This record gives sequence, structure tokens and C-alpha cells, in this order.
Amino acid sequence: MDVLDLARWQFGITTVYHFLMVPLTIGLSVLVAVMQTAWVRTGRHRYYAMTKFWGKLLLINFAAGVVTGIVQEFQFGMTWSAYSRFVGDVFGAPLAMEGLVAFFVESTFLGLWIFGWDRLPKKVHLACAWAFSLATVASAYFIIAANSWMQHPVGAEIVDGRPRLTDIWAVLTNNTTLAAFPHAIAGAFAVAAALLVGIGGWHLWRKGRDGDPEEHDGIWRTSVKLGALVGAVAFAGLAVTGDMQGKLMFQQQPMKMAAAEALCNTEEPAGFSIFAYGDVSRPDCENVKSFTVPALLSFLAHNDFDSQVKGVNELVAEYRAKYGTNYPVDERLGELSGKPIDYVPILPVTYWAFRLMIGLGAISAGIGVLALWLTRRGRVPRTKWFPRMVLAAIALPFLANSLGWIFTEMGRQPFVVVPNPTGVDGMWMFTATGVSSLSAGEVLTSLIALTTVYAVLAVLELFLITKYARAGVEGVLPPDDKTDKTEEGDELAFAY
Amino acid sequence: MSTVDLPTIWFVVIAAFWLGYLFLEGFDFGVGMLLPVLGRDDTDRRVMVNTIGPVWDGNEVWLIVAVGATFAAFPPWYASLSSAVYLPLLVVLLALIGRGVAFEWRGKVDSDRWRRNWDRVIVAGSWLPALGVGLLLSASVLGIPLDAQGNRVGSWLEVVRWDTVLGAIAVAGFALVHGAVFVALKTEGEIRERARRLATGVSPVGLLPLFGLLAVVQLRHGSDWTWIAVAVALLAGAAAVARIAVGREGQAFAALAVTITASVVVLFGSLYPDVLPSTVDTANSLTVAESASSPYTLEIMTWLGAFVAPVVLLYQGWTYWVFRRRIGRRHVPAVRVP
Repeated sequence: MDVLDLARWQFGITTVYHFLMVPLTIGLSVLVAVMQTAWVRTGRHRYYAMTKFWGKLLLINFAAGVVTGIVQEFQFGMTWSAYSRFVGDVFGAPLAMEGLVAFFVESTFLGLWIFGWDRLPKKVHLACAWAFSLATVASAYFIIAANSWMQHPVGAEIVDGRPRLTDIWAVLTNNTTLAAFPHAIAGAFAVAAALLVGIGGWHLWRKGRDGDPEEHDGIWRTSVKLGALVGAVAFAGLAVTGDMQGKLMFQQQPMKMAAAEALCNTEEPAGFSIFAYGDVSRPDCENVKSFTVPALLSFLAHNDFDSQVKGVNELVAEYRAKYGTNYPVDERLGELSGKPIDYVPILPVTYWAFRLMIGLGAISAGIGVLALWLTRRGRVPRTKWFPRMVLAAIALPFLANSLGWIFTEMGRQPFVVVPNPTGVDGMWMFTATGVSSLSAGEVLTSLIALTTVYAVLAVLELFLITKYARAGVEGVLPPDDKTDKTEEGDELAFAY
Repeated sequence: MSTVDLPTIWFVVIAAFWLGYLFLEGFDFGVGMLLPVLGRDDTDRRVMVNTIGPVWDGNEVWLIVAVGATFAAFPPWYASLSSAVYLPLLVVLLALIGRGVAFEWRGKVDSDRWRRNWDRVIVAGSWLPALGVGLLLSASVLGIPLDAQGNRVGSWLEVVRWDTVLGAIAVAGFALVHGAVFVALKTEGEIRERARRLATGVSPVGLLPLFGLLAVVQLRHGSDWTWIAVAVALLAGAAAVARIAVGREGQAFAALAVTITASVVVLFGSLYPDVLPSTVDTANSLTVAESASSPYTLEIMTWLGAFVAPVVLLYQGWTYWVFRRRIGRRHVPAVRVP
């Protein structure tokens, strides 16, 4: 493997990994703030215990999310220095804003929240939870604005061969951002919701099995209900914003959408493929049998059942005419130097990632609604498959999120900055030309080191989350169970 | 704002972010480095970790912001420096990963082996980033062999030279002294006494590499006015050594703040008007003027920074106020894990 392949694997692994923790942090931090608000307003022990329990899981996860995020801030410069030089004038600003506006608030107020239980007045402490959780949402906004600019560059002109920012407002209100941001946030809530349903459902089932009807004032029932409702709303939000994204994608990145469908030839009207067998990577598509819903793709693309959707083969010809047939001859491009440009993303990846994203997301929301039905009006599910189902379902929205990002990032290859069809000429960049001039040994070292450390982190985080999830509220409540500690004692309410 | 030299302003802002990082994370690192030295038992070590518990994460953001602002304001500086110092930077990142989760996870399992292992991670995760950040900063000030495209000439060892290694030890040495004084300032009882004694013994030696670095930088790249900053750094360093010796922890800490401020002034003042000199050909050096982003980008960032930075200082300052109390063994609750 050359530097380009290694650098791409590294970026893919570290980013997908980072984005396992991030959506859980975003979704769960807001839900914990909601729980704490309920406690401060009603004074009911149930909400206090929920805040403590889910807050503990949030903290275990947050630590791993933060530290893997630091890598991201450096990685653009380390492995993608040519890219960073090219886009810095535009792309750097939202990254710097993310740090100044979001990360400072996030980390400072999290520290206040963790250690402030006995130090701050109740309402101030609650405000810290909200500051922290809203900052996590804000950070998602800025980084998605940066990413959306790569998908659909706006608000810039080309000066001396490089994009130069002309309108920050256009970058921050890029229609791609406005669709992708709520989509990502809805995905974050889907993840947190599945955790609430899964762990809450397991506890509820266990309490029923052990004949403990009290079950802490209904902590687990409330958690399951909250999770199922949030999950259902999140899935509706995902569908709506996903549809918005799809329509933009047809205009802005037609190749990505054709790749999502593995649509080889232009169709009018085009059907939406539900499932295919055979090798979807064949450019001639002869060996693919696909179950399709007639004309649905046309509708998804243009809100019109009769419209034309361009296929991969036609688009390749268009792209060649617009963006060239061969890579420049440049030793830094390695094997690709002077070679023909392959404008087609890896079709099996884009096709299956897209389908699985939608399918797993839908199953996850369905299981949430099923759990809601099974626990209706005080019912306690007794069947053995219930806890297995809700626990296994925790993985689904995580996978769906990862697959969505894998689809959107691999679907824009071979570009790192995708040309905007209605934008400025020359504002695009091939992934191959963005990589740093490093030795393969350097990148291989970092790829192995980061992957190994991340694997260890994953094992430890899963171990700790499982341990604390299993222990329930007994593991997180103060021994004397004093919920309104106003007297400043000698002992810290919380210490590492 | 057209009459204002925005690139220079942003050069100063980035220096200020680095100062914030070195000052704040400096004592975080010092606390971690000294964990096995000052912490006789687990309770001692928990006291130490909890002196920085509520604040270490906020302190670390100064690094993220310094780097993010460099990306936004001087993209070629960000790109060339971080790719040239690739492997040392990787070590910094891995160490920061370990240290961050160690703080959060070390108390989550009631096992001596578990805690001892995380303590090792904290120690390594404090020494290595301090050394690595020192190497990175001194490489940026003293130069890297850069070609005309801004890429490093030669292998990764080109950035590990005696002068950048001195820079690495300089930052680590400062962090060690700073951390010892911080522990003395934030704890009570025996551990405070131990920290004070250690700071008294270590500070004259610990600050020497920093002064060595300042001398090298001043002699090679300094201007007349940066001599003043060198003198201030030396005097403040001497004052810190003297004040901790007589038990005035607060004054010593303040003197260290002046020391690191003056040191950053020397480093960045000598670097200006370059941001990253090339050691093979000065024509390849990256300069403030040529590396800067467009005036529009800098203007946006300036407006944002002018509104946000004071607020950040306010609420971070408030955090230190909320957790101003000294802590000792009696404050540490019993280990209670499921």
C-alpha cells in the first residue's frame, strides 16, 4: 500500500471510530439534561436517579470521544497537508469556530457539572448540563458545515489557484449543511434512544423476573418510554432530512446518488432498488438481479415519478469532459501519476452502505416502538427474547450512523472537494492530490499505533459501560442517598 | 479594519493561545509527572488528580484552539509543521488519548492493579506530550528543512536535533516545576509540604533547560527588544525559585506565569516575521505575510475572537473560583464502585 491508501484507511478508521462516541455523547447529554431538568422541576427521586445513572454512562463514553477528537484536529495537517494548504482559507474557519465556540464551553461546563454537584446551586448546576449538551450540538454544526463545504463548496472564489472565502454566511448556511446537520443530530438521538431502550428494557425485564414491582419509582420504565419516543421521533427526522439530502445529492453530486443505487445506465423513470444479488460492481450490470420499486428513485430525486435519473456510465463521460481524463504527471501521486481517473466510487460499498443505513435505522426505531407497546400501561415483558432484542438493537443505530458516513465519504471519491455543478470553476480537488508528502513507513506506523490504541479503548469502554449499566442505580447513587445536599461537608460529592 | 495588520494580530493571538496552553496544561502535566513521586499511596494520588479534575479538559482545549486557529489563519504553517513533525506528534496524540481516559476511568474499577496501570498511563501521558509539544514549538521557531512546496526534506529524524530536544526538555522541565508549585498551592497537609520541598529542590534545575532554549533562540533569531523578555523570564524564574523556597506558593505560581509569558514572547517574538523558517533555504521559509489567510477570513475570525475570547476567560476563570478550595486526604470520598 502506498501513502495515499494508508492515509485513507487511517482517516476512515479514526473518523468512523470517533463517530461512534460522538453521537452517543450528543444524544445522551441532551437527554441527561432533560432528566435533570425534570428532577429540578419536580424534585422526584426517579429523575434524580436517572440523571445519575445515564450521566455516568455519558461520562465513560465522553472521555473516549474527546481524546479521539484531538486526533481529528491534527490529522488534516499531518496526513492531508496538501489538502489543508488548498482549502485552509475556507475550511479552517469553521474548525477554529468549533474550538472557540463549542469545545471550550463543552469541556469547561462538563468539568463544572461533574464536580459541581455539591458546589453549585441546583439551578446553576442544571444550567451547566445544558451549556455542555448544547455545546456538543454546536460542535456538530461547525464540523458538518466544514464537511458540507467539501461536498458542496460555496461562498468562495479561486485566487492564485486556491479557494478564498468570500461569504462565511454562505458557508454556514450551505443547503448541504442545513440538511446534513439535522440528519446527524437525529442520528445522535437515535443512538442515545436505543441505549435507553436497551439498558432500561433489560433492567425492567430483570426486575419483573425477580418480582420487584417497586423498581425504583419506575426509573427503567420511564427510561424505556423516553427512549422509544425519542427514537421514533428521531427516525421520522432522519427520514425527512435524509430525503432532503437525497434531493440535494441528485443536484450536487449526481455520481454519488447513482452509486448509491448502483444505477449503471440512465433510466426514465428510474426505480429504487430494495435488494440486489450478483456483483453490483460490474459496470455493465449484466449480472445483477435487483428488486426495485418502479419509479421511486425518480420521485426521491425530483418529486416526480417520471423524471430521468442519470446512470454511472453517462456520468463518467460527463465528468471526464469536465474534470479531465487523467491525473497530472506528478511523482507525489505515486502509482496514479498520469493514470486515467476513475470517477466511479466503489459501488458495492456505496450501494450496500446506503441500503443498510436505512434498513438498520428503521429496524431500530421499530424495536423501540415494539418495546413501548410491550411495556404499555404498567406491563412488564416476561419473555426471554425481549431483553435480548432490545440489547442487540443498541448496535443498530451506531452501525447505521457509520454506514451513512461511509456512504457519503466514499461516495464522493475520487474527489476530496467535490466540484459544485453550479459553483466556481476549478474549486475541486482529488483525494489523491491532497495527501501529505510522507514516507509510507511513517503513515503505516501511525495507522498501526492508532488502530491498536483505539481497539484497546473500545474493549475498555465496552467493559466499563457494561459494568455500570449492569449495576443499575445502586452503583451511582451516594451511599446515604441524600438528594438535596446543601450543607458543605468535608468530603467531595464527586472525586476521580 | 484595512489599516490593521491582521496577519500580525493573528500571529499574536496564536502565540497567546499557546501561552494559555503552556500555562494551564503545564501544571496538568506537572501533576501527572509527579504522581508517583508526591503520591505515597492511592489517596494521595487521588488528591493530586482531583486538584486538576474539574479543569484539565478545559485546559486542553487551548491546544485545540491554538492548532485550529493556525489552520484557519495560516494554513501553510499548520500543514507544513504538523506533517513535518509527524511521528513526534503521533506520540503526543497517543499520550493525550491515554491520559484523558485515564483520569475518567482510573476510579471506575476497585482494583489496585487497574489503578496502578492507569497511573502509569497518566505519568507517560504527561511526560510525553510535554516533551512533544516542546519539540513541536521549538522546531517551529528554530526551523525545519523545508523545500519550496513546504514539505520536509529528509526523514522524520530531521526534526529531532539537539536544539529541538532541548526545547522538548525545556517545556517538560517547566511543567515539572509548575506542577509541583501547583500541587503545593492546591493541597493541604503532608502532600502540600512534600510538594513544596520538591518544588524548592527541583525548580533551580527544572527551569534551566527553558533558559537554555531562550538563549539559543535569542542568539540565533532574536531582536534587541526580545532581550528584555529574556531578562524578564530569567528574573521571574529566579523569583519563582526564591518564593517557593520560603513557602510562598501563590507568589511562586504567579512568578512562573510571568516566566512562561516572557518565554512565549521570546519564542514568538524571535520567530516573527516568519512562522516556520526553512533551514535549507530561507527562500522556502513560511512567513506571516505570505502564509496568512485572506483579509476577509481573518476579519471574520477577529470579530468572532473579540467577542468569544473574553467570555471564555470569564467562565474558565469562574471554574477556578468555584473550585478554589485546597483539597486534602479528608476530602477524598471512599472508593465506591459497583
